[in-house]
Amino acid sequence: MKLNTLQESNINKSRMSRTLIYIVLFVFAIYYLLPLYVMMINSFKHLDDIRSGGMLNLPSIWTIDPWKSAWSTAQIGIDPSGLKPYLWNSISMVVPAVLISTILGSLNGYVLTKWQFRGHGVVFGLLLLACFIPFQVVLIPMAKILGLLGLAGTTQGLILVHVVYGLGFTTLFFRNYYAAFPTEIVKAAQIDGAGFFRIFWRVLLPSSGPIIVVTVIWQFTNIWNDFLFGASFADFDSIPMTIALNNLVNSSTGVKEYNVHFAGAILAALPTLIVYIVSGRYFVRGLMAGAVKG
Amino acid sequence: MTDSRMLPTHEWMGWDNYFKIFRLRHWKIAVNNLFIFGFLYIVISTLIGLLLAILLDQKIRAEGIIRPIFLYPMALSFIVTGTAWKWFLDPGIGIENIVQLWGWEDFKFDWIKNRSYAIYTVVIAAVWQSSGFVMAMFLAGLRGIDGEIMKAAQIDGASGFRIYKRIIIPMLRPAFLSAFVILAHLSIKAYDLVIALTHGGPGRATELPATFMYSYTFERNQMGLGATSAIIMLVMIFSIIIPYLYSELRSEDQK
Repeated sequence: MKLNTLQESNINKSRMSRTLIYIVLFVFAIYYLLPLYVMMINSFKHLDDIRSGGMLNLPSIWTIDPWKSAWSTAQIGIDPSGLKPYLWNSISMVVPAVLISTILGSLNGYVLTKWQFRGHGVVFGLLLLACFIPFQVVLIPMAKILGLLGLAGTTQGLILVHVVYGLGFTTLFFRNYYAAFPTEIVKAAQIDGAGFFRIFWRVLLPSSGPIIVVTVIWQFTNIWNDFLFGASFADFDSIPMTIALNNLVNSSTGVKEYNVHFAGAILAALPTLIVYIVSGRYFVRGLMAGAVKG
Repeated sequence: MTDSRMLPTHEWMGWDNYFKIFRLRHWKIAVNNLFIFGFLYIVISTLIGLLLAILLDQKIRAEGIIRPIFLYPMALSFIVTGTAWKWFLDPGIGIENIVQLWGWEDFKFDWIKNRSYAIYTVVIAAVWQSSGFVMAMFLAGLRGIDGEIMKAAQIDGASGFRIYKRIIIPMLRPAFLSAFVILAHLSIKAYDLVIALTHGGPGRATELPATFMYSYTFERNQMGLGATSAIIMLVMIFSIIIPYLYSELRSEDQK
């Protein structure tokens, strides 16, 4: 009898604590979703609708004009061009930068784990240190170097900056991943007469799928979202999306078109959001596999 | 260490800029803010991240839906985060307005316009952005712990809370370390968030060393002072990172 009630109260207790867990998780889910919800909802409202308050309410009249305006006619800086041209700027900067830094990072990781030379630890340590240098510190020297190379203000210049800055991270990811790769296989391939690139191409690369996904996602979001480098080094015709968004939000003289700002913010965030939603599973799994190990 | 203004000059100034910068009220505010912001940001993000990771690890049914919800802010740029929260915290149209419409007329939430509270709004937005990422790291750590250990402790009669306090959390040490390092370095670097959220204001209430450096170098043409502040930031970051890297690389060699 006594045992029974004890068991029952235990079951009740665990049911209660599970409910509590769900409630807490639910509250946090709202906390994380609310800003996105507010942006979404208000980007479909007319300006009067927003001004009359009630940020959380559904629009009384749905409209897609703010989206059209943010995309192609909104005033950014001095041009009424919308965000459209800047999207291309961002893409033509991000894609090459991600590709180059990923390829170089995988080669670095390969050399640092399978072709170790004297002082490889020091080189790796320095690369790691480079990950943590604040952007602000490299701004002035970087501006000078870009000037010397004649790349100041160009998209190529921005690509160079992002490749240099991303190299530390990409190397770190690939090194940790390749460190777990059995060296015997590399040795065996060497004995069979395969050269440096052949081994890399035929042996290591085919099994690096997960880490390539992690690296590409990481680099893509970081470079796409970069603000400081773009703000400092971009010229008139290489301004990326993030800076254009900031200009859009801050430059509207007179009436603040909140609905257009909301739509613009979502447009600027869309590519990274899509990347996260499509491949987020692999990202978390890749993090578990080694990128954040230790 | 030169007296560069608009263009770099190479006249050696010795330590003058360092003395000068520490006499500037502007710089003092920035450093002070960094300590407030950094401390709260790191502590709160870690606590929320840990709590969510532990809760998510209780065999939650909807984990596949909840996890991406917690993680997605990380995909947004600080500019988008900052802009979104700026509207959200704005007394005219944001939370204050909503709660007042709900009938609580006296409700006040104008931290973002208030000199002494504005820095905390930066913390709120920053925590929103990165606590999900911290959660992912702790979750990765929790999944790496052997389930047998938990079972053994349960058989010995330890309560859930005690198991976490005595066994699991100490085993997450590496995850704590990487979370700390990443958050610390994010908080020293935080620039875009402040620019988008408050632009350093009201007044200079949310100025951080990162924004200080940018405005002195590029807007006020005091490149010498800007460079000085950049070097101080570098020293601050390295004093956190180098001991960490050193212990990391050493423990790897011992393996």
